Amino acid sequence: METILNIRNLTKKFGYLTAVKDLSFSIEKGNVYGILGPNGSGKSTTLGIVLNVVNKTKGSFEWFDGKVTTHDALKKVGAIIERPNFYPYMSAEKNLDLVCKIKGVPREKIQEKLEVVGLYDRKDSKFKNYSLGMKQRLAIASALLNDPEILILDEPTNGLDPQGIHQIREIIKKIASNGTTILLASHLLDEVEKVCTHVVVLRKGEKLYSGRVDQMVASHGFFELRCKDRDKALSLLRESHAFKDLKEENSTITAFLNEPMEAEAFNKLMFDNGIILSHLVKRKESLEEQFLTLTGD
Amino acid sequence: MLRLLQIESIKLWNNRASKFLIVAYFVLLLSIALIAAVRFDIGPVKFHLAEQGIFNFPYIWHFNTYVAAFFKLFLAIVIVSMTANEYSNKTIKQNLIDGLSKWEFIYSKFLTVLSFAAISTVFVFTVSLILGLFYSDFNEMSIIFSDLQYLLAFFIKLVSFFSFCLFLGILVKRSAFALGFLFLWQILEGLFYMVIRWQSDGATAASISQFFPLDAMSNLIKEPWTRLSAVKTVAGQIGEDISRDYAVHWYSIAIALAWTALFIYWSYALLKRRDL
Repeated sequence: METILNIRNLTKKFGYLTAVKDLSFSIEKGNVYGILGPNGSGKSTTLGIVLNVVNKTKGSFEWFDGKVTTHDALKKVGAIIERPNFYPYMSAEKNLDLVCKIKGVPREKIQEKLEVVGLYDRKDSKFKNYSLGMKQRLAIASALLNDPEILILDEPTNGLDPQGIHQIREIIKKIASNGTTILLASHLLDEVEKVCTHVVVLRKGEKLYSGRVDQMVASHGFFELRCKDRDKALSLLRESHAFKDLKEENSTITAFLNEPMEAEAFNKLMFDNGIILSHLVKRKESLEEQFLTLTGD
Repeated sequence: MLRLLQIESIKLWNNRASKFLIVAYFVLLLSIALIAAVRFDIGPVKFHLAEQGIFNFPYIWHFNTYVAAFFKLFLAIVIVSMTANEYSNKTIKQNLIDGLSKWEFIYSKFLTVLSFAAISTVFVFTVSLILGLFYSDFNEMSIIFSDLQYLLAFFIKLVSFFSFCLFLGILVKRSAFALGFLFLWQILEGLFYMVIRWQSDGATAASISQFFPLDAMSNLIKEPWTRLSAVKTVAGQIGEDISRDYAVHWYSIAIALAWTALFIYWSYALLKRRDL
Protein backbone atom coordinates (compact mmCIF):
# COMPACT_ATOMS: atom_id res chain seq x y z
CA MET A 1 0.00 0.00 0.00
CA GLU A 2 1.18 3.49 -0.81
CA THR A 3 2.15 5.62 2.15
CA ILE A 4 1.18 9.26 1.85
CA LEU A 5 2.54 10.59 5.11
CA ASN A 6 4.87 9.08 7.62
CA ILE A 7 5.45 10.75 10.97
CA ARG A 8 8.23 9.52 13.23
CA ASN A 9 8.85 10.57 16.82
CA LEU A 10 7.61 14.06 16.21
CA THR A 11 8.00 16.45 19.14
CA LYS A 12 7.08 20.10 19.41
CA LYS A 13 7.77 22.29 22.40
CA PHE A 14 6.45 25.79 22.93
CA GLY A 15 8.71 26.96 25.72
CA TYR A 16 7.86 24.76 28.70
CA LEU A 17 4.81 23.29 27.09
CA THR A 18 5.19 20.12 25.07
CA ALA A 19 2.39 20.30 22.52
CA VAL A 20 3.30 17.11 20.67
CA LYS A 21 5.24 14.33 22.36
CA ASP A 22 7.09 11.65 20.42
CA LEU A 23 4.25 11.10 17.98
CA SER A 24 4.46 8.47 15.25
CA PHE A 25 1.84 7.30 12.78
CA SER A 26 1.46 6.88 9.09
CA ILE A 27 -1.25 7.52 6.56
CA GLU A 28 -2.00 5.09 3.77
CA LYS A 29 -3.65 5.98 0.51
CA GLY A 30 -7.40 5.63 0.21
CA ASN A 31 -8.43 5.70 3.86
CA VAL A 32 -10.22 8.35 5.83
CA TYR A 33 -8.26 9.18 8.95
CA GLY A 34 -9.36 11.02 12.00
CA ILE A 35 -7.15 12.70 14.54
CA LEU A 36 -9.25 12.76 17.65
CA GLY A 37 -8.49 14.57 20.84
CA PRO A 38 -9.80 17.22 23.18
CA ASN A 39 -8.95 20.87 22.57
CA GLY A 40 -5.26 21.53 23.13
CA SER A 41 -4.19 17.95 22.56
CA GLY A 42 -1.81 18.86 19.75
CA LYS A 43 -3.93 18.10 16.70
CA SER A 44 -3.47 21.43 14.97
CA THR A 45 0.18 21.62 15.93
CA THR A 46 0.81 18.22 14.34
CA LEU A 47 -0.94 19.30 11.17
CA GLY A 48 0.92 22.62 11.24
CA ILE A 49 4.24 20.81 11.36
CA VAL A 50 3.57 18.52 8.42
CA LEU A 51 2.19 21.50 6.48
CA ASN A 52 5.39 23.45 7.06
CA VAL A 53 3.94 26.36 9.02
CA VAL A 54 5.11 25.21 12.45
CA ASN A 55 8.72 24.25 13.07
CA LYS A 56 9.28 20.88 14.69
CA THR A 57 11.50 20.50 17.74
CA LYS A 58 12.50 16.90 17.16
CA GLY A 59 11.62 13.94 15.00
CA SER A 60 10.85 13.73 11.32
CA PHE A 61 8.08 13.36 8.80
CA GLU A 62 8.06 12.59 5.13
CA TRP A 63 5.50 12.94 2.39
CA PHE A 64 5.00 10.33 -0.31
CA ASP A 65 7.80 8.04 0.94
CA GLY A 66 10.23 10.92 0.88
CA LYS A 67 10.28 11.04 -2.91
CA VAL A 68 9.52 14.76 -3.00
CA THR A 69 10.43 17.75 -0.86
CA THR A 70 7.83 19.07 1.54
CA HIS A 71 7.41 22.15 -0.63
CA ASP A 72 6.56 20.07 -3.72
CA ALA A 73 4.49 17.63 -1.68
CA LEU A 74 2.24 20.44 -0.48
CA LYS A 75 1.21 21.09 -4.08
CA LYS A 76 -0.36 17.62 -4.04
CA VAL A 77 -2.07 18.28 -0.73
CA GLY A 78 -5.20 20.25 -0.01
CA ALA A 79 -5.50 21.59 3.50
CA ILE A 80 -7.49 23.94 5.66
CA ILE A 81 -6.38 24.76 9.16
CA GLU A 82 -8.65 26.04 11.93
CA ARG A 83 -10.47 29.01 10.40
CA PRO A 84 -10.85 29.61 6.67
CA ASN A 85 -8.21 32.19 5.74
CA PHE A 86 -8.83 34.26 2.64
CA TYR A 87 -8.45 37.84 1.52
CA PRO A 88 -11.63 39.44 2.89
CA TYR A 89 -11.79 42.15 0.23
CA MET A 90 -11.68 39.74 -2.69
CA SER A 91 -14.53 37.73 -4.20
CA ALA A 92 -14.62 33.96 -3.87
CA GLU A 93 -13.60 33.56 -7.47
CA LYS A 94 -10.64 35.95 -7.16
CA ASN A 95 -9.48 34.21 -4.01
CA LEU A 96 -9.54 30.87 -5.79
CA ASP A 97 -7.82 32.45 -8.77
CA LEU A 98 -4.97 33.33 -6.45
CA VAL A 99 -4.81 29.80 -5.04
CA CYS A 100 -4.68 28.47 -8.62
CA LYS A 101 -1.64 30.68 -9.26
CA ILE A 102 0.06 29.45 -6.09
CA LYS A 103 -0.63 25.81 -6.77
CA GLY A 104 0.01 26.08 -10.50
CA VAL A 105 -3.45 24.84 -11.46
CA PRO A 106 -5.47 26.00 -14.50
CA ARG A 107 -8.31 28.43 -13.71
CA GLU A 108 -10.88 26.11 -15.26
CA LYS A 109 -10.95 24.15 -12.02
CA ILE A 110 -12.58 27.03 -10.15
CA GLN A 111 -16.07 26.53 -11.52
CA GLU A 112 -15.94 22.78 -11.04
CA LYS A 113 -14.89 23.01 -7.39
CA LEU A 114 -17.29 25.82 -6.54
CA GLU A 115 -20.08 23.62 -7.86
CA VAL A 116 -18.90 20.73 -5.66
CA VAL A 117 -19.44 22.85 -2.55
CA GLY A 118 -22.52 24.61 -3.92
CA LEU A 119 -21.12 28.14 -4.05
CA TYR A 120 -20.98 28.76 -7.77
CA ASP A 121 -23.92 31.17 -7.78
CA ARG A 122 -22.20 33.21 -5.04
CA LYS A 123 -18.80 33.32 -6.73
CA ASP A 124 -18.79 37.12 -7.11
CA SER A 125 -19.59 37.89 -3.48
CA LYS A 126 -16.77 39.16 -1.35
CA PHE A 127 -15.32 36.71 1.13
CA LYS A 128 -16.06 39.00 4.07
CA ASN A 129 -19.78 38.87 3.25
CA TYR A 130 -19.92 35.09 3.45
CA SER A 131 -21.45 33.24 6.38
CA LEU A 132 -19.15 30.98 8.38
CA GLY A 133 -20.60 27.89 6.71
CA MET A 134 -19.99 29.37 3.27
CA LYS A 135 -16.44 30.37 4.24
CA GLN A 136 -15.76 26.83 5.35
CA ARG A 137 -17.18 25.45 2.10
CA LEU A 138 -15.07 27.90 0.10
CA ALA A 139 -12.03 26.67 2.02
CA ILE A 140 -12.87 23.10 1.01
CA ALA A 141 -13.29 24.17 -2.62
CA SER A 142 -9.91 25.88 -2.42
CA ALA A 143 -8.27 22.81 -0.92
CA LEU A 144 -9.73 20.69 -3.72
CA LEU A 145 -8.49 22.90 -6.58
CA ASN A 146 -5.42 20.80 -7.29
CA ASP A 147 -7.33 17.48 -7.04
CA PRO A 148 -5.19 16.63 -4.03
CA GLU A 149 -4.03 13.15 -3.15
CA ILE A 150 -4.84 13.93 0.43
CA LEU A 151 -7.29 16.41 1.89
CA ILE A 152 -6.47 17.68 5.37
CA LEU A 153 -9.29 19.24 7.35
CA ASP A 154 -8.82 20.72 10.78
CA GLU A 155 -12.08 21.04 12.74
CA PRO A 156 -14.12 21.61 9.56
CA THR A 157 -17.45 21.85 11.36
CA ASN A 158 -16.31 23.96 14.29
CA GLY A 159 -18.75 26.74 15.04
CA LEU A 160 -21.27 25.80 12.36
CA ASP A 161 -25.00 25.38 12.84
CA PRO A 162 -26.50 21.87 12.44
CA GLN A 163 -27.39 22.55 8.83
CA GLY A 164 -23.87 23.74 8.06
CA ILE A 165 -22.39 20.72 9.85
CA HIS A 166 -24.58 18.44 7.80
CA GLN A 167 -23.56 20.12 4.53
CA ILE A 168 -19.86 19.85 5.33
CA ARG A 169 -20.17 16.18 6.31
CA GLU A 170 -22.04 15.38 3.11
CA ILE A 171 -19.30 17.07 1.10
CA ILE A 172 -16.60 15.16 2.97
CA LYS A 173 -18.39 11.87 2.37
CA LYS A 174 -18.75 12.69 -1.31
CA ILE A 175 -15.05 13.45 -1.59
CA ALA A 176 -14.11 10.30 0.31
CA SER A 177 -16.27 8.18 -1.97
CA ASN A 178 -14.16 9.38 -4.91
CA GLY A 179 -11.17 7.70 -3.31
CA THR A 180 -9.44 10.80 -1.97
CA THR A 181 -7.48 10.17 1.20
CA ILE A 182 -8.74 12.39 4.00
CA LEU A 183 -7.19 13.39 7.29
CA LEU A 184 -9.72 14.96 9.59
CA ALA A 185 -8.83 16.50 12.92
CA SER A 186 -11.69 16.87 15.33
CA HIS A 187 -12.64 16.88 18.96
CA LEU A 188 -16.07 15.55 18.06
CA LEU A 189 -16.26 11.85 18.48
CA ASP A 190 -19.38 11.22 16.45
CA GLU A 191 -17.88 13.18 13.58
CA VAL A 192 -14.89 10.87 13.46
CA GLU A 193 -17.11 7.84 13.96
CA LYS A 194 -19.39 8.87 11.11
CA VAL A 195 -16.75 9.83 8.60
CA CYS A 196 -13.49 8.01 9.33
CA THR A 197 -12.20 4.49 8.87
CA HIS A 198 -9.03 4.98 10.92
CA VAL A 199 -8.32 7.07 13.94
CA VAL A 200 -5.40 8.42 15.95
CA VAL A 201 -6.38 9.47 19.45
CA LEU A 202 -4.27 12.15 21.09
CA ARG A 203 -4.14 13.50 24.59
CA LYS A 204 -1.72 16.21 25.68
CA GLY A 205 0.39 15.55 22.61
CA GLU A 206 0.67 11.83 23.18
CA LYS A 207 -0.77 9.07 21.07
CA LEU A 208 -3.22 6.90 22.98
CA TYR A 209 -4.59 4.80 20.17
CA SER A 210 -4.12 4.41 16.49
CA GLY A 211 -5.90 1.96 14.28
CA ARG A 212 -9.29 1.23 12.78
CA VAL A 213 -12.27 3.03 14.24
CA ASP A 214 -14.29 -0.20 14.64
CA GLN A 215 -11.42 -1.82 16.50
CA MET A 216 -11.14 1.09 18.85
CA VAL A 217 -14.40 -0.16 20.22
CA ALA A 218 -12.62 -3.43 20.73
CA SER A 219 -15.03 -4.85 23.25
CA HIS A 220 -17.77 -7.32 22.51
CA GLY A 221 -19.86 -5.71 25.14
CA PHE A 222 -20.80 -6.90 28.63
CA PHE A 223 -23.62 -8.54 30.56
CA GLU A 224 -25.19 -7.18 33.66
CA LEU A 225 -26.84 -9.87 35.69
CA ARG A 226 -28.45 -10.55 39.03
CA CYS A 227 -29.25 -13.85 40.64
CA LYS A 228 -29.70 -15.44 44.08
CA ASP A 229 -26.57 -17.60 44.12
CA ARG A 230 -23.91 -15.07 43.33
CA ASP A 231 -20.89 -17.12 44.38
CA LYS A 232 -21.85 -19.99 42.11
CA ALA A 233 -22.41 -17.63 39.22
CA LEU A 234 -19.08 -15.94 39.78
CA SER A 235 -17.10 -19.16 39.87
CA LEU A 236 -18.84 -20.36 36.74
CA LEU A 237 -18.06 -17.12 34.93
CA ARG A 238 -14.44 -17.23 36.07
CA GLU A 239 -14.00 -20.70 34.59
CA SER A 240 -15.39 -19.68 31.23
CA HIS A 241 -13.02 -18.40 28.51
CA ALA A 242 -15.70 -16.13 27.19
CA PHE A 243 -15.17 -13.51 29.88
CA LYS A 244 -12.10 -11.47 30.60
CA ASP A 245 -13.20 -9.35 33.48
CA LEU A 246 -15.79 -9.53 36.22
CA LYS A 247 -17.06 -6.82 38.46
CA GLU A 248 -19.39 -7.05 41.39
CA GLU A 249 -21.21 -4.01 42.48
CA ASN A 250 -24.04 -4.06 45.00
CA SER A 251 -25.82 -7.19 43.92
CA THR A 252 -25.13 -6.81 40.22
CA ILE A 253 -22.42 -8.73 38.43
CA THR A 254 -20.91 -7.19 35.33
CA ALA A 255 -19.18 -9.67 33.02
CA PHE A 256 -17.08 -8.34 30.17
CA LEU A 257 -17.03 -10.50 27.06
CA ASN A 258 -13.89 -11.85 25.47
CA GLU A 259 -15.67 -13.17 22.40
CA PRO A 260 -19.05 -12.53 20.81
CA MET A 261 -21.98 -14.05 22.66
CA GLU A 262 -25.69 -13.43 22.42
CA ALA A 263 -27.85 -12.85 25.46
CA GLU A 264 -30.00 -15.93 24.67
CA ALA A 265 -26.96 -18.20 24.59
CA PHE A 266 -25.71 -16.73 27.85
CA ASN A 267 -29.06 -17.16 29.52
CA LYS A 268 -29.21 -20.79 28.41
CA LEU A 269 -25.68 -21.45 29.65
CA MET A 270 -26.55 -20.14 33.07
CA PHE A 271 -29.83 -22.01 33.21
CA ASP A 272 -28.16 -25.28 32.18
CA ASN A 273 -25.77 -24.82 35.08
CA GLY A 274 -28.57 -24.32 37.50
CA ILE A 275 -28.45 -20.57 37.87
CA ILE A 276 -31.64 -18.67 37.40
CA LEU A 277 -31.19 -15.03 36.54
CA SER A 278 -33.47 -12.38 37.89
CA HIS A 279 -31.94 -9.67 35.72
CA LEU A 280 -29.97 -9.80 32.44
CA VAL A 281 -28.92 -6.96 30.15
CA LYS A 282 -26.37 -7.02 27.34
CA ARG A 283 -24.70 -3.69 26.67
CA LYS A 284 -21.85 -2.21 24.68
CA GLU A 285 -19.61 0.57 25.87
CA SER A 286 -20.40 3.61 23.82
CA LEU A 287 -17.60 5.17 21.81
CA GLU A 288 -18.10 8.15 24.05
CA GLU A 289 -17.22 6.10 27.12
CA GLN A 290 -14.25 4.56 25.36
CA PHE A 291 -13.00 7.95 24.40
CA LEU A 292 -13.39 9.29 27.91
CA THR A 293 -11.53 6.31 29.37
CA LEU A 294 -8.79 6.76 26.80
CA THR A 295 -8.41 10.48 27.29
CA GLY A 296 -9.38 10.72 30.96
CA ASP A 297 -6.74 11.87 33.40
CA MET B 1 9.16 34.99 -11.21
CA LEU B 2 6.25 36.14 -13.36
CA ARG B 3 4.01 33.82 -11.38
CA LEU B 4 5.04 35.44 -8.09
CA LEU B 5 4.44 38.91 -9.51
CA GLN B 6 1.01 37.87 -10.74
CA ILE B 7 0.18 36.54 -7.28
CA GLU B 8 1.13 39.84 -5.68
CA SER B 9 -0.67 41.94 -8.26
CA ILE B 10 -3.91 40.02 -7.68
CA LYS B 11 -3.55 40.72 -3.96
CA LEU B 12 -2.80 44.42 -4.49
CA TRP B 13 -5.16 45.41 -7.29
CA ASN B 14 -8.19 43.89 -5.64
CA ASN B 15 -7.60 45.88 -2.48
CA ARG B 16 -9.33 49.22 -2.85
CA ALA B 17 -7.11 51.04 -0.35
CA SER B 18 -3.87 49.87 -1.98
CA LYS B 19 -5.17 50.67 -5.42
CA PHE B 20 -6.13 54.17 -4.33
CA LEU B 21 -2.74 54.82 -2.74
CA ILE B 22 -0.82 53.53 -5.76
CA VAL B 23 -2.85 55.70 -8.12
CA ALA B 24 -2.51 58.69 -5.78
CA TYR B 25 1.25 58.17 -5.67
CA PHE B 26 1.66 58.30 -9.42
CA VAL B 27 -0.66 61.27 -9.71
CA LEU B 28 1.51 63.06 -7.14
CA LEU B 29 4.64 62.17 -9.08
CA LEU B 30 3.01 63.71 -12.09
CA SER B 31 2.24 66.80 -10.04
CA ILE B 32 5.93 67.66 -9.98
CA ALA B 33 5.18 69.08 -13.37
CA LEU B 34 2.86 71.55 -11.65
CA ILE B 35 5.88 73.25 -10.11
CA ALA B 36 6.31 74.70 -13.59
CA ALA B 37 3.09 76.58 -13.07
CA VAL B 38 4.32 78.30 -9.92
CA ARG B 39 4.52 81.99 -10.71
CA PHE B 40 3.97 85.12 -8.71
CA ASP B 41 2.98 88.37 -10.29
CA ILE B 42 2.87 90.80 -7.39
CA GLY B 43 3.21 94.21 -8.89
CA PRO B 44 6.82 94.73 -9.83
CA VAL B 45 7.90 91.30 -8.51
CA LYS B 46 7.59 88.80 -11.32
CA PHE B 47 8.65 85.30 -10.37
CA HIS B 48 8.31 82.20 -12.46
CA LEU B 49 9.83 79.15 -10.81
CA ALA B 50 10.27 77.25 -14.04
CA GLU B 51 12.52 80.02 -15.30
CA GLN B 52 14.80 79.90 -12.26
CA GLY B 53 16.73 77.06 -13.83
CA ILE B 54 15.25 74.20 -11.81
CA PHE B 55 14.29 72.46 -15.02
CA ASN B 56 17.67 72.83 -16.64
CA PHE B 57 19.43 69.68 -17.72
CA PRO B 58 21.20 68.04 -15.97
CA TYR B 59 20.13 69.76 -12.71
CA ILE B 60 16.56 68.57 -13.27
CA TRP B 61 17.60 64.95 -12.63
CA HIS B 62 18.87 65.91 -9.22
CA PHE B 63 15.95 68.18 -8.37
CA ASN B 64 13.13 65.90 -9.54
CA THR B 65 14.48 62.68 -8.01
CA TYR B 66 14.93 64.54 -4.72
CA VAL B 67 11.38 65.92 -4.74
CA ALA B 68 9.82 62.69 -6.03
CA ALA B 69 11.43 60.73 -3.20
CA PHE B 70 9.18 62.53 -0.70
CA PHE B 71 6.15 60.75 -2.10
CA LYS B 72 7.61 57.34 -1.40
CA LEU B 73 5.72 57.35 1.88
CA PHE B 74 2.53 56.53 -0.03
CA LEU B 75 3.97 53.33 -1.38
CA ALA B 76 5.57 52.64 1.99
CA ILE B 77 2.07 52.44 3.47
CA VAL B 78 1.04 50.06 0.70
CA ILE B 79 4.06 47.83 1.31
CA VAL B 80 3.75 47.78 5.08
CA SER B 81 0.08 46.92 4.88
CA MET B 82 0.50 44.31 2.17
CA THR B 83 2.89 42.39 4.41
CA ALA B 84 1.26 43.06 7.77
CA ASN B 85 -2.21 42.21 6.42
CA GLU B 86 -0.99 38.78 5.45
CA TYR B 87 -0.50 38.23 9.15
CA SER B 88 -3.74 39.78 10.34
CA ASN B 89 -5.80 37.91 7.73
CA LYS B 90 -3.72 34.80 8.42
CA THR B 91 -3.47 34.42 4.67
CA ILE B 92 0.28 33.95 4.99
CA LYS B 93 -0.45 30.64 6.68
CA GLN B 94 -2.84 29.63 3.93
CA ASN B 95 -0.36 30.74 1.22
CA LEU B 96 2.31 28.51 2.73
CA ILE B 97 -0.10 25.59 3.12
CA ASP B 98 -1.22 26.03 -0.48
CA GLY B 99 2.35 25.45 -1.57
CA LEU B 100 4.19 28.76 -1.60
CA SER B 101 7.57 28.27 0.05
CA LYS B 102 8.70 30.73 2.71
CA TRP B 103 11.38 32.06 0.40
CA GLU B 104 8.90 32.43 -2.46
CA PHE B 105 6.67 34.43 -0.14
CA ILE B 106 9.44 36.92 0.75
CA TYR B 107 10.73 36.90 -2.82
CA SER B 108 7.30 37.77 -4.23
CA LYS B 109 7.13 40.76 -1.86
CA PHE B 110 10.65 41.81 -2.80
CA LEU B 111 9.82 41.55 -6.49
CA THR B 112 6.89 43.88 -5.86
CA VAL B 113 9.27 46.30 -4.15
CA LEU B 114 11.61 46.14 -7.14
CA SER B 115 8.75 46.72 -9.57
CA PHE B 116 7.43 49.70 -7.60
CA ALA B 117 10.91 51.22 -7.56
CA ALA B 118 11.52 50.49 -11.24
CA ILE B 119 8.17 51.88 -12.39
CA SER B 120 8.66 55.00 -10.25
CA THR B 121 12.12 55.54 -11.72
CA VAL B 122 10.89 55.21 -15.28
CA PHE B 123 7.99 57.51 -14.44
CA VAL B 124 10.19 60.19 -12.93
CA PHE B 125 12.59 59.87 -15.85
CA THR B 126 9.79 60.42 -18.36
CA VAL B 127 8.19 63.34 -16.49
CA SER B 128 11.59 65.02 -16.01
CA LEU B 129 12.59 64.50 -19.61
CA ILE B 130 9.40 66.09 -20.89
CA LEU B 131 9.61 68.99 -18.41
CA GLY B 132 13.25 69.51 -19.29
CA LEU B 133 12.58 69.53 -22.99
CA PHE B 134 10.00 72.26 -22.40
CA TYR B 135 11.90 74.51 -19.99
CA SER B 136 15.58 73.64 -20.07
CA ASP B 137 18.00 76.26 -21.38
CA PHE B 138 20.32 73.54 -22.61
CA ASN B 139 19.09 70.96 -25.07
CA GLU B 140 22.21 69.20 -26.28
CA MET B 141 22.05 65.40 -26.12
CA SER B 142 25.24 65.14 -24.11
CA ILE B 143 23.91 67.52 -21.46
CA ILE B 144 20.44 65.97 -21.33
CA PHE B 145 21.81 62.54 -20.61
CA SER B 146 24.50 63.56 -18.15
CA ASP B 147 24.16 63.10 -14.37
CA LEU B 148 21.81 60.16 -14.81
CA GLN B 149 23.35 58.60 -11.68
CA TYR B 150 20.63 60.48 -9.77
CA LEU B 151 18.07 58.14 -11.29
CA LEU B 152 20.09 55.12 -10.20
CA ALA B 153 20.35 56.63 -6.73
CA PHE B 154 16.58 57.23 -6.75
CA PHE B 155 15.94 53.61 -7.66
CA ILE B 156 18.21 52.31 -4.92
CA LYS B 157 16.77 54.74 -2.43
CA LEU B 158 13.28 53.41 -3.09
CA VAL B 159 14.36 49.75 -3.07
CA SER B 160 16.16 50.08 0.25
CA PHE B 161 13.40 52.12 1.87
CA PHE B 162 10.66 49.74 0.72
CA SER B 163 12.73 46.76 1.86
CA PHE B 164 12.92 48.38 5.27
CA CYS B 165 9.11 48.74 5.24
CA LEU B 166 8.75 45.13 4.13
CA PHE B 167 10.93 43.98 7.00
CA LEU B 168 8.99 46.11 9.50
CA GLY B 169 5.71 44.67 8.23
CA ILE B 170 7.00 41.14 8.83
CA LEU B 171 8.60 42.04 12.16
CA VAL B 172 5.71 43.96 13.72
CA LYS B 173 2.81 42.19 11.95
CA ARG B 174 0.49 45.20 12.35
CA SER B 175 0.54 47.93 9.70
CA ALA B 176 -0.14 50.86 12.01
CA PHE B 177 2.51 49.79 14.52
CA ALA B 178 5.01 49.10 11.76
CA LEU B 179 4.57 52.63 10.41
CA GLY B 180 4.86 53.97 13.94
CA PHE B 181 8.06 52.04 14.35
CA LEU B 182 9.37 53.60 11.15
CA PHE B 183 8.87 57.12 12.55
CA LEU B 184 10.31 56.05 15.89
CA TRP B 185 13.36 54.73 14.08
CA GLN B 186 13.81 58.04 12.27
CA ILE B 187 13.77 59.84 15.62
CA LEU B 188 16.19 57.32 17.15
CA GLU B 189 18.64 57.86 14.32
CA GLY B 190 18.41 61.59 14.87
CA LEU B 191 19.01 61.16 18.62
CA PHE B 192 22.00 58.91 18.01
CA TYR B 193 23.43 61.48 15.66
CA MET B 194 23.00 64.24 18.23
CA VAL B 195 24.60 62.17 20.99
CA ILE B 196 27.63 61.38 18.82
CA ARG B 197 27.88 64.97 17.70
CA TRP B 198 27.71 66.16 21.28
CA GLN B 199 30.45 63.74 22.28
CA SER B 200 32.70 64.49 19.31
CA ASP B 201 32.24 66.77 16.30
CA GLY B 202 30.03 67.13 13.25
CA ALA B 203 32.32 65.35 10.84
CA THR B 204 32.70 62.26 13.05
CA ALA B 205 28.96 62.18 13.69
CA ALA B 206 28.20 62.35 9.97
CA SER B 207 30.76 59.66 9.16
CA ILE B 208 29.15 57.32 11.70
CA SER B 209 25.53 58.16 10.99
CA GLN B 210 25.98 57.50 7.28
CA PHE B 211 25.83 53.81 8.22
CA PHE B 212 22.37 54.13 9.80
CA PRO B 213 19.75 52.77 7.40
CA LEU B 214 17.56 55.87 6.99
CA ASP B 215 20.53 58.23 6.91
CA ALA B 216 22.19 56.01 4.31
CA MET B 217 19.07 56.29 2.17
CA SER B 218 18.85 60.06 2.46
CA ASN B 219 22.57 60.42 1.67
CA LEU B 220 21.94 58.92 -1.75
CA ILE B 221 20.41 62.13 -3.06
CA LYS B 222 21.42 65.29 -1.20
CA GLU B 223 19.28 68.38 -1.09
CA PRO B 224 19.40 70.30 -4.38
CA TRP B 225 18.19 73.72 -3.12
CA THR B 226 21.59 75.25 -2.38
CA ARG B 227 22.66 74.31 -5.87
CA LEU B 228 20.19 76.70 -7.48
CA SER B 229 21.88 79.76 -8.93
CA ALA B 230 19.30 82.06 -7.33
CA VAL B 231 19.99 80.62 -3.90
CA LYS B 232 23.71 80.84 -4.49
CA THR B 233 23.41 84.47 -5.47
CA VAL B 234 21.47 85.30 -2.33
CA ALA B 235 23.94 83.37 -0.21
CA GLY B 236 26.82 85.18 -1.88
CA GLN B 237 25.23 88.52 -1.09
CA ILE B 238 25.08 87.72 2.62
CA GLY B 239 28.65 86.54 2.50
CA GLU B 240 27.98 82.83 2.71
CA ASP B 241 29.86 80.60 0.31
CA ILE B 242 27.97 77.42 -0.35
CA SER B 243 30.07 74.75 -1.93
CA ARG B 244 28.77 71.33 -1.07
CA ASP B 245 29.22 67.81 -2.22
CA TYR B 246 26.14 66.89 -4.24
CA ALA B 247 27.56 63.83 -5.92
CA VAL B 248 26.14 60.32 -5.67
CA HIS B 249 28.93 58.34 -4.02
CA TRP B 250 29.53 54.67 -4.63
CA TYR B 251 29.85 54.02 -0.90
CA SER B 252 26.41 55.53 -0.24
CA ILE B 253 25.03 53.10 -2.79
CA ALA B 254 26.98 50.23 -1.23
CA ILE B 255 25.68 51.01 2.27
CA ALA B 256 22.07 51.24 1.08
CA LEU B 257 22.38 47.98 -0.87
CA ALA B 258 23.90 46.24 2.15
CA TRP B 259 20.91 47.32 4.27
CA THR B 260 18.54 46.10 1.56
CA ALA B 261 20.18 42.68 1.59
CA LEU B 262 20.03 42.57 5.39
CA PHE B 263 16.35 43.57 5.52
CA ILE B 264 15.37 40.90 3.02
CA TYR B 265 17.49 38.28 4.73
CA TRP B 266 16.10 39.17 8.16
CA SER B 267 12.54 39.02 6.82
CA TYR B 268 13.20 35.53 5.52
CA ALA B 269 14.98 34.42 8.69
CA LEU B 270 12.10 35.72 10.83
CA LEU B 271 9.51 33.96 8.73
CA LYS B 272 11.50 30.76 8.80
CA ARG B 273 11.93 30.80 12.56
CA ARG B 274 8.39 31.74 13.47
CA ASP B 275 5.55 29.34 14.10
CA LEU B 276 2.47 30.58 12.32
